[in-house]
Amino acid sequence: MNDVVRTIDDATFRKQNPMAEFLRMERMPHIWCPGCGIGSVVTSFAEAVKESGLDMDKIAVVSGIGCTGRVAGYVKFDSLHTTHGRAIPVATGLKLANPELKVVVFSGDGDLTSIGGNHFIHAARRNMDLLVICVNNFTYGMTGGQMTPTTPTTANASTTPYGNYEYPFSLPFLADAAGASYVARWTSLNARNITDSIAEALTRKGFSFIEVITPCTTLYQRRNRLGDGLDAMQYYHDDADIEHGADTRNVGIDYQGKIKVGKFVDRQKPTYLEAVNTHYANVIGDDYELYGKTPPEKKAEEDAKKAGIDDLSEADSTTCDSEDDA
Amino acid sequence: MPQPRRLVEGNEAVAEGAIAAGARFFAGYPITPSTEIAEVLSRRLPQVGGHFIQMEDEIASIGAVIGASLAGAKALTATSGPGFSLMQESIGYASMAQVPCVIVDVMRGGPSTGLPTLTAQQDMMQARWGSHGDYRIIALVPDSPQECFDLAVEAFNLSETYRVPVFIMTDETVGHMHEKVVIPPADQIQVVERNWHKGPKEEYRPYQFTGKDVAPMVKAGDGYRFHITGLTHDERGYPALTPEQGKKVVTHLIEKIDSNVDKISRVEEDGIDGADVVVISYGITSRIAIRAVQDARKAGLKVGVMRLITVWPFCEQKIRELAGKIKGFVVPEINYGQIVLEVERCSAGKCKVISVNSCGGAVHDPEEILTAIKEAAK
Repeated sequence: MNDVVRTIDDATFRKQNPMAEFLRMERMPHIWCPGCGIGSVVTSFAEAVKESGLDMDKIAVVSGIGCTGRVAGYVKFDSLHTTHGRAIPVATGLKLANPELKVVVFSGDGDLTSIGGNHFIHAARRNMDLLVICVNNFTYGMTGGQMTPTTPTTANASTTPYGNYEYPFSLPFLADAAGASYVARWTSLNARNITDSIAEALTRKGFSFIEVITPCTTLYQRRNRLGDGLDAMQYYHDDADIEHGADTRNVGIDYQGKIKVGKFVDRQKPTYLEAVNTHYANVIGDDYELYGKTPPEKKAEEDAKKAGIDDLSEADSTTCDSEDDA
Repeated sequence: MPQPRRLVEGNEAVAEGAIAAGARFFAGYPITPSTEIAEVLSRRLPQVGGHFIQMEDEIASIGAVIGASLAGAKALTATSGPGFSLMQESIGYASMAQVPCVIVDVMRGGPSTGLPTLTAQQDMMQARWGSHGDYRIIALVPDSPQECFDLAVEAFNLSETYRVPVFIMTDETVGHMHEKVVIPPADQIQVVERNWHKGPKEEYRPYQFTGKDVAPMVKAGDGYRFHITGLTHDERGYPALTPEQGKKVVTHLIEKIDSNVDKISRVEEDGIDGADVVVISYGITSRIAIRAVQDARKAGLKVGVMRLITVWPFCEQKIRELAGKIKGFVVPEINYGQIVLEVERCSAGKCKVISVNSCGGAVHDPEEILTAIKEAAK
């Protein structure tokens, strides 16, 4: 084992690291292996948050179990490291109880689409206001490299020692079919694209899904004799083609085959909470208090009350599109 | 809006009690015989500024409840045995991460799909031991729609006080029973609010492991940037994977309940002093047991009654003390003998312990309990 040689002392490293604003530096070093793609995605996420200008106090990160599940433990936001597969339900509760939060789910392919698959399709179906980032490395890293629902057919894993004979999920197709309003895929080589995609998704409403194909050097790469992290970057460089708006039926990934990347889906439709408010406002009428007003709207209402203004329709109109016509 | 006094079904009373306690978030999945709780809350929560969501399964339901609680809401879910089993992993998470939440289990006959429409008390041990690892929870057992209301309020109060999942273990009979329920005005209902952190942000620690008090909480979005994990963690909530920290955390989870048993546990007693036999029961079974006790007393037997309103934590001390003074305990319950095991353990052979068990599906015939009382009095 080669010891990492640091040219600066520990305290300076923790303080001056350009990521210090976004990371719990007291928890460094992280557990991820050299060549792993998760850290690159976290870096892109931090850059995207910076780009978006969002209030970091209003961003929550939720993750499940596994290597990607550890993201929540390293990022300096309200962060929940939940149980295996359950990041989306917890994120849903978090969002619904405090709608002013921007809730981001970080999840691996096994966590999100095997044990958590049901939650994934239902959150997409509801168009729940969540940004889900899936770090897809085709394997369960934390437990030693087993097959996941995205492992390409014929690839080796510790539980497919004779090669994988199952059909994998194509996650953009799954998300699209289930109703996601934003779907993109990149490889961890496309750092700027990932950043741009996350920044775009952070400012969007509804269920956004970004898949990032990353190498698991220790397990997937090694077990399939695919070389190290650099070899994976070469593969992405040679075989990942940008095709925005690609039909998600055609973006499946064969073993070491072409990878279509880009923004595949970007559709506007009412989010879960917008649908809730529009519907209840219609059927319950004036007695219904719109759910999940943001603080500026609440404040406008309180100020109006203080000023003795009875008619709050103006303050309310910003909260629900349906009232614009009223 | 509910009238102060009217005929209310047990399940509806739980729902109204939750609202009275300040619950504003429900996530659930349909299951007989608990579904009315979801139905009532789907109608009521939007009227009171709360939110109802029907999730894709029970696992998602408890997950959403945990998320909502961490965002500051008082949150609950309701289910029955099979759904309760599905929730157990996350119940362990809520115990470990000390997230206040309330889970209603309207018990039906099992195992498996069992007797979906028939009554039982077969989940009492599942409530206590259902998730993996060592932890403590609180379980309350109402015997009437009125108590469904009252204990729903109590459940939230306890959950907030001790940062622990609290179960309302009702059953098909109480859940579907209509009785008069008095819903007091809001200002007469004692509601415990969450203990929010008030000091400087930099001093905030999500946890303390004193074994007594729990750390104050903050809401997601308030700028504390807290971290919560199901891994063994330190005061900051950061993973700390050592045997020493494991001991510290588990001891705290257990001691914060065990050292407060006197404050938490509620047991209704009648005629205990000088009794030869004490009937211990809970929930709907205690209402059947009363008939047997009355008949036994008419026959000249000295019979006392203990009704466990709080089943977990178990009233160990009371049983230990009584065991040396009486001839025997009679424990009727609609299961094959669950809480009787606790009574046996605590009485430690000092007196007879007679289980009047049942395989579920129906309440007891008082005659069976009477026979056991006579046997215990010999």
